[in-house]
Amino acid sequence: MKELVLGAVAYDAKVVPIWDGFREWFAQRGLPFDYVLFTNYERQVEAHLRGDIDVAWNSPLAWLEARDLAAKHRRRADAIVMRDTDRDLTSVVLVRADSAIRTLADLGGKRVGVGAADSPQATLIPLASIAEAGINVDAVKHDVLVGKHGDHVGGERLAVKALLAGEVDAACLIDGNRLAFANEGLLAPNATRVLYQTGAYDHCNMTVLDGAPVVAIERFRELLFAMDYADPAVRPLLDMEGLKRWLPGRTSGYALLERAAASFVGGWIASR
Amino acid sequence: MIDVDLGDLGLDEGGHLLVQRALTASPQVRVRGTAPTLAVDLPAWCRVRGYAYVDNVIARVNVDRTHGAERAGSIETAVELPPARWGLAARGALVEAGAPSLDLPLAEKRELWADEAARLYAQAAAAQWDPATAIPWTAPSEHPPEIEDAIVQIMTYLIENETAALLVPVRFLGRLHPHFREVMQLLAIQAADEARHIEVFTRRATLHRDVLGLSTAGGQASLATLFDEPDFAVASFLLAVLGEGSFLALLWFIRDHAPDACTREVARFAAQDEARHVAFGLAHLARHAALDPSLLGRLAAAIERRHAALASTAGLNALVFDALVLLAAGSWEPADLRRGHAAVVELVREMDAGRRTRLVRLGFDATTAERLSSLHTRNFM
Repeated sequence: MKELVLGAVAYDAKVVPIWDGFREWFAQRGLPFDYVLFTNYERQVEAHLRGDIDVAWNSPLAWLEARDLAAKHRRRADAIVMRDTDRDLTSVVLVRADSAIRTLADLGGKRVGVGAADSPQATLIPLASIAEAGINVDAVKHDVLVGKHGDHVGGERLAVKALLAGEVDAACLIDGNRLAFANEGLLAPNATRVLYQTGAYDHCNMTVLDGAPVVAIERFRELLFAMDYADPAVRPLLDMEGLKRWLPGRTSGYALLERAAASFVGGWIASR
Repeated sequence: MIDVDLGDLGLDEGGHLLVQRALTASPQVRVRGTAPTLAVDLPAWCRVRGYAYVDNVIARVNVDRTHGAERAGSIETAVELPPARWGLAARGALVEAGAPSLDLPLAEKRELWADEAARLYAQAAAAQWDPATAIPWTAPSEHPPEIEDAIVQIMTYLIENETAALLVPVRFLGRLHPHFREVMQLLAIQAADEARHIEVFTRRATLHRDVLGLSTAGGQASLATLFDEPDFAVASFLLAVLGEGSFLALLWFIRDHAPDACTREVARFAAQDEARHVAFGLAHLARHAALDPSLLGRLAAAIERRHAALASTAGLNALVFDALVLLAAGSWEPADLRRGHAAVVELVREMDAGRRTRLVRLGFDATTAERLSSLHTRNFM
């Protein structure tokens, strides 16, 4: 079987042990596998279109980029696998507990702390949702590792710190990070209120393009689905990658981001 | 399905414990509560845990971390060969599978274990003393300046020997499998003992002087053979049984002959600690020798090897020997010097007798013990 090559973005040093671990696990099960790391999703999408990689571990925004760029070249992209934790996420807009801001309308003209400029969860989706409600805000970006689509949680943490420091009036973050920051001690219970929660959306997926090696891709999917959290050889990899099990990919959860990308990212697809 | 009511307790305030407890009892749990963020937090919490969530109802999915976990032996009894994958886990803990294997080469019980370790550790913990209050630092001293010089030279010598006695076990401590908890604790507290000895000897040396004495190449060469010894049993044998054993006699000698209360107490307190170190060395080596008949041969060979390595060195620092004579003499009077010299000769004889006794306790016959003791480094340690 030809070696299957996966592309992933190096948003953190742990990406290397994750994919080294996967490579070894796949090899033990007869799937020759290697991976290539990119510094940003845009470069990964371009490499995918060029055929440098067979499958891309894409952020939701990178999925839209790959899908649209493929369509532009009369090709087809498919989302074949995602994590259980990639489904039905929401983002929240927090304000300080003692804030006079009570409704989304009160946010008009206020400073809203968001994550990296290209973060779907901490910037694009919440800002688009606010804009769709007819509210104009002054977005204050916390650009941590732009090009990595907000995979690094640092931008959200900075937005929350800015909120607590009174530098912004509201902060946007993914729902689960509210609890994570509470456990870190960054967010004291009742120090903030959830002003607004976006609709549900999906996150990352494994993307393939037409012409990908069918047999190897099928084996790749089978092996991912066979990964069992009870297996101690796999569990650390799943823990690092943030999932309990792999699920089939679905594309029904990207509508919110698609609208957000259309309003905020502008002509990025047209420019290619 | 069971219901759990969190009241106004949020998941960001520990409410998840109640939910998790309910999920342990039932595969399906309906959650109620009035915390303002509950509706946001509950689905997010379930997602991270891998649980299914629909309309306040959680369905447990088995994502048990303890599948394939194993007990790291029993709390009471150390196993013969603990696997490296138990790592730093407490003895008797449930160890999740997949933990990294640590490099812990000192992991064979017979090489290091002594049933007395726990008792010796407890004794050591109870006998820790505070140098600031235990030693009469301000006690009057009326001895002549040259006797003080002798004390400074002896202290200088003691400090470098105690430094070896600290560093040698610590190097093994870093390689010891922590499954042998009592031995690990004992070696750690021994290191603390030696750290204290280094402190009090330094403080005593500088009580009336601002420069220390001579450290000789021969003395350091002797200690270097301990420092470089890679085998725990051999290092423990050379250091604890022969070296610290000889040192016990030396510390008692200083206690008996020092002219001032401060020096006497420094030596007395250090000797109490050293006796425990010797006891552990003897205990684990006697056990080891009983289980492995080839050990005594290895230990004998180590003494001979060390003797050969040190044959061309000067042995005991002559200044130390002379300082001990002067200390025991207490003056420059010829009759006192004769008595002091005789006392040091007697000390060397006592050290030899002590070594032979301990060698016999390890299982050497008297003739071999006598020969091996005579090959011990002239540097004492």
